[in-house]
Amino acid sequence: MNAAADFAMGFLGTVADTVVDVAPIVAILVTFQVVVLRQRPPNLAGIVTGFVCVLLGLALFLIGLEQALFPIGETMARQLTEASVGDASPGAGVDWRDYALVYAFAAAIGFATTVAEPPLIAVALKAEQVSGGSVNAWGLRIAVAIGVSAGVSLGCFRIVTGTPLPWYIIAAYVVVIVQTFRASKTIIPLAYDCGGVTTSTVTVPVVAALGLGLAASVPGRSPLIDGFGLIAFASVFPIMSVLGYAMVANWVRDRPIMRRRQRRPRMPKEDLKP
Amino acid sequence: MNILTLVWRRASDAVRDLAPIIAVIAFFQIVVLQQPFPNLADVLVGLICVIAGLTLFIQGLESGLFPLGEAIAQAFARKGSTTALLVFAFCLGFGTTVAEPALIAIAGKAAEVAAEAGVIAPEAAAQEAYAFNLRMVVALSVGVAIVLGVLRIVMGWPIHRFIIGGYVIVTALTAFAPDEIIGVAYDAGGVATSTITVPLVTALGVGLANAIRGRNPMTDGFGLIAFAVLNPMIFVLTFGLVA
Repeated sequence: MNAAADFAMGFLGTVADTVVDVAPIVAILVTFQVVVLRQRPPNLAGIVTGFVCVLLGLALFLIGLEQALFPIGETMARQLTEASVGDASPGAGVDWRDYALVYAFAAAIGFATTVAEPPLIAVALKAEQVSGGSVNAWGLRIAVAIGVSAGVSLGCFRIVTGTPLPWYIIAAYVVVIVQTFRASKTIIPLAYDCGGVTTSTVTVPVVAALGLGLAASVPGRSPLIDGFGLIAFASVFPIMSVLGYAMVANWVRDRPIMRRRQRRPRMPKEDLKP
Repeated sequence: MNILTLVWRRASDAVRDLAPIIAVIAFFQIVVLQQPFPNLADVLVGLICVIAGLTLFIQGLESGLFPLGEAIAQAFARKGSTTALLVFAFCLGFGTTVAEPALIAIAGKAAEVAAEAGVIAPEAAAQEAYAFNLRMVVALSVGVAIVLGVLRIVMGWPIHRFIIGGYVIVTALTAFAPDEIIGVAYDAGGVATSTITVPLVTALGVGLANAIRGRNPMTDGFGLIAFAVLNPMIFVLTFGLVA
């Protein structure tokens, strides 16, 4: 009985927190709706119901994550980084090869948390709808998850070796710029957006715990200074992987035909229908 | 009956979305660390909550946030006042970022780093002021970012010039900014985009591109989030140079 009461209290608390987080957005939306636009949005009841669904859903999602996944994820990040230190021979300094298990865990958890990231689901759904199905929502999410996976893994390597963060990020920018000039115009804005949507509710707590745990256990690293930067990796690498995914998809599509690339028909503007 | 099918479809999607996390954690816990799960019952209840929550969230997205974002975009397009639209864009960016929990956490940590590095006095008051200023800078930068992004959609400017220009500015500022702010600045870009802001802003961008003649929702509608990631990096690096 007590457990149920605790759960109910926890749930109400999380709902209250979520409402507080969302209050500024609602205030801005209502103000502009009433003062500037001076009209009711169509299907107001549906929108309000949807908002309530989003609030309750987000609260449930967070409370579940806190109960089920975060404690295990954080404990695991700590245990794995400690286990790796145990393997290193004393006095030999830091050898990045001793941390293979950490890179593997970083890649796996980066991929898995990204697939479940709600904002990414939202953007992928929208992209599939807007592109009339030529961008596949699930394929896009997998491409982004592969990028985060590679990024977080490389970010852990950086923490272990203690190499400067800007080298990696600026090198990644150069790759993105080169890819931008090679990629099809329609995918570029979406790819840039994918960098921002990956680092959110699910990924940030687990990845941050991993970075802090790693920086605390590797000799010579400070959790305060070296613990930062993983999120930066997780937000540049998806841009690369999405642009890469589009390039590969185009290449596969065009190769067997062996003739000049056909322009695809204009996308249907289904959203304009009343 | 119809509702039941819908709920079933959404719930099975949610299970599919969460399967990788469960697999990864179970694999490392059982095979690599070789430890039993602590309080398995709690974990199962938590998982059910996560699945139910994701199901509700996606449903709410489709029936609430997306239609609202597009309705607002169309209303602004009909009204035809770019100024009102840009003021709205700034408020949306600033208002959603200033209270973002992830940002509050990272700003607090950044203040600790700054105190450790001797940039600010180690007293609590100085740290609090630093964290508050940093939050304001990030919120301001996201507000400006959404304004720029919306202006880009309205004018139909190509996005890659902005982003590549932004990268060049970030690279140049990195060369001059103090070391302890660089990690914070790079991370600030990622934390500023929250779960509710992203769908709303995406729907707004796509809705605007749909409503304005001559704009393609695919090439013009996306990209607002990209601005909101890049701009905080530039603003926070500048803040590090000035503060």
